[in-house]
Amino acid sequence: MPEIQMREAIRQAMDEEMARDGSVFLLGEEVGEYNGAYKVSKGLLDKYGAKRVLDTPITELGFTGLAVGAASVGLRPIVEWMTFNFSLLALDQVVNNAAKMRHMSGGQIKVPIVLRGPNGPAEYLSSQHSQALHSYYAHIPGLKVIAPSTPYDAKGLLKTAIRDDNPVVMAESELAYGWTGEVPEEEYLIPIGKADVKREGSDVSLISFGKPMRMVLEAADQLADIGLDAEVLDLRSLRPLDEEAIYATVRKTNRAVVIDEAWPIASVGSHVGWMISKNCFDDLDAPVELVHSEDVPMPYNHTLELAAQPSVEKIVQAAKRVSYKE
Amino acid sequence: MSDVTKYDPEWLKKALRDMLLIRRFEEKAAQMYGLRKIGGFLHLYNGQEAVAVGSVAAVDLQKDYLLTSYRDHGHAIAVGMDPKNVMAELFGKITGCVRGKGGSMHMFDVERHFLGGNGIVGAQIPIATGVAFKQMYDEDGGVTLCYFGDGAIHQGAFHESLNLAKIWKLPAIYIVENNHFGMGTAVKRVSGVDDFSVKAAGYDLPGYVINGMDFLEVYENIKKIAEETRKTNTACLIDIKTYRYKGHSISDPAKYRTKEELEQYKKQDPIVQLKSQLIEAKLMTEDDFKALDDDVKNQVQEAVDFADQSEEPALHTMYEDVLA
Repeated sequence: MPEIQMREAIRQAMDEEMARDGSVFLLGEEVGEYNGAYKVSKGLLDKYGAKRVLDTPITELGFTGLAVGAASVGLRPIVEWMTFNFSLLALDQVVNNAAKMRHMSGGQIKVPIVLRGPNGPAEYLSSQHSQALHSYYAHIPGLKVIAPSTPYDAKGLLKTAIRDDNPVVMAESELAYGWTGEVPEEEYLIPIGKADVKREGSDVSLISFGKPMRMVLEAADQLADIGLDAEVLDLRSLRPLDEEAIYATVRKTNRAVVIDEAWPIASVGSHVGWMISKNCFDDLDAPVELVHSEDVPMPYNHTLELAAQPSVEKIVQAAKRVSYKE
Repeated sequence: MSDVTKYDPEWLKKALRDMLLIRRFEEKAAQMYGLRKIGGFLHLYNGQEAVAVGSVAAVDLQKDYLLTSYRDHGHAIAVGMDPKNVMAELFGKITGCVRGKGGSMHMFDVERHFLGGNGIVGAQIPIATGVAFKQMYDEDGGVTLCYFGDGAIHQGAFHESLNLAKIWKLPAIYIVENNHFGMGTAVKRVSGVDDFSVKAAGYDLPGYVINGMDFLEVYENIKKIAEETRKTNTACLIDIKTYRYKGHSISDPAKYRTKEELEQYKKQDPIVQLKSQLIEAKLMTEDDFKALDDDVKNQVQEAVDFADQSEEPALHTMYEDVLA
């Protein structure tokens, strides 16, 4: 099986779906002539032309709203936000229109749109450019939200998202675009709303999604060295959540650590922690732990910014705490 | 003023009837609000009828689209929606046009190419621009009419949309229904210009000013502009000068303007004007108008009865229409 980068997997998904369906088009800042700020859309302008790969002015609200409107009458736009930080300028169009048009029209309108781009901190970018904002979108009924952690998942989920008749937000990561992984040559789809056990284990459940998954798997290796067999569940989809998969792993190990790189208040991670506490109370041998970013804007200084985020060490410590192995 | 004798008298009477239907519908809606049959916001269209009726008459809803703000009952009726389903929506009933999910601000009829009914000031402008994008993408010859109030023109959504429409050659017709007040704030207090059509120049698009108190003036101008837009794929901005007789919403007593100003506009009332023209041209008599008005009032009363007798939505319906 070929090993490709995350950016190539995302590009393959868009390329294949654009080839398959003439109503799919891509728009965003620098997606065309510049080949994408992170080279995700490289080559698509040459292949599909300027009508289907559109460089936009720097007007997130305008071009996101335009895409929502185009979707409401039958096109299938893919909006690339250069980062989720800038998606805040488009939030009104996502929350008040993309997520509401079906409802407000009493079911007359479908909004088949994909809104994607890098989310969460990269490095040395300070507070305005280092925010994990997936919880904002996961909060909103009328949206679906996915956050893949491997090239395989990214391609399969994005292809499904493009074919979905609802608005789907896909949270990616600058740092993960270069990650490699096996992706088959034959076509495949991954359903939205299905979590994936990335590592089987019996002693403690580590539940996460997106970019932190890599450090979660590393933490699982370190835990194995001290005799703790961790199961790693990759949620992949944040709305809808695969509740069954979450409860299944917790009922198997009786211990849960949730890892979310967002701030702790009202995050996907805090919600998953609450769900486990409520629905698996009798199965738990220890209180649920949440590993999250510090509740501060991101500092520029590298030591501080690393200390502000989840880390392998923090995950290992949390797993040891729920296992009473401190 | 246009010559009514150029037109089919039946077509003119239909336009008069549509405007009258909107007026009587709104009067009845206000009354029903007083009886607490309707709750929340209720933004009435009294005075602005010629804008919706004149512009809808000028386009082809087989291929053209309409989007507007929360002051949307007039447009809903102008595109031919049954007042029964519009009134039932105001009553929050399951027979409402959007199943009691939207209320006053969210009238939709996709079959008639009317895409709402948007409650965030100016938020429909990018959406309408996207509908025009689809028309460009499919090269289907359609145009999109995007209505908004003078309060919305200062939103970034307006400016971002006009720029996108320009660079991608989108057949969008942006219509400011300039009723001179953004809620309680007079245009002059919050705008650097009196004439909004000049803002089109910032995006190298044509701008026009139209008298919105005259049905035929709206119809003839929009017809000409729509054909031009269809031919050239060049968007435009139209400042339609109109006036709302009521407050911004039902709860607004409109103390920020004088009685004299209101009376001045009522002298140019679009319904009275068209009626007078028809009577003057001997296409209609006072008695004919009285009969028409009675017929319209009956239709509105039927809409109220229908809404009143309709069922409340079942609780499970709240979980429907969230995802496709």
